[in-house]
Amino acid sequence: MKVGRVAGTVISTINIPLLDEHRLLLCDVHDVEGKPSGYTIAVDVVDAGVGDTVLILDEGSSARQILGLDHGAIRAVVVGIVDQLVVDGEVRAID
Amino acid sequence: MQLGRVLGSVVATEKAPGLEGIRFLIVQPLDKGSQPNGETVVAADAVSMAGPGELVYFVASREAAEALPERFVPVDHAIVGIVDDVHLEEE
Repeated sequence: MKVGRVAGTVISTINIPLLDEHRLLLCDVHDVEGKPSGYTIAVDVVDAGVGDTVLILDEGSSARQILGLDHGAIRAVVVGIVDQLVVDGEVRAID
Repeated sequence: MQLGRVLGSVVATEKAPGLEGIRFLIVQPLDKGSQPNGETVVAADAVSMAGPGELVYFVASREAAEALPERFVPVDHAIVGIVDDVHLEEE
């Protein structure tokens, strides 16, 4: 899993049927310094909002398990909202 | 999943079994500001409606084949949706 931050949302009408029932969040993926090192578009299962620091799962079979699916083209899922991050014994500020 | 811009299409008559009837499009991956980022890829069109110039999002790796009717096919990128709008927080 990765730590990231919700930067926005993606709106889509035409998509594979599986994605009809899910919100898509555009998340910055953070490196260990807390700086953005890329982004991913992830399915939201925790009602995260823009600006939240989140835990992002990026692996297909785990993603399908969370969503209760046997099959499906889903890999990235926002699975948690981060309350606190401690790196090298220091509490990292979460905005 | 990543954002991408459809640049064109690929037509191939001879294909591996299971790829019949699937459209292949050339996609330029984009960063979150919709600027080109990285090398173009050939992606299967799982929505069957994407066309040149369109802003799409695509899934990579094993999950790409999951988007297609036949799930065990040699495909590593698949377009799974057409983007209407991207809302980014104001920085």
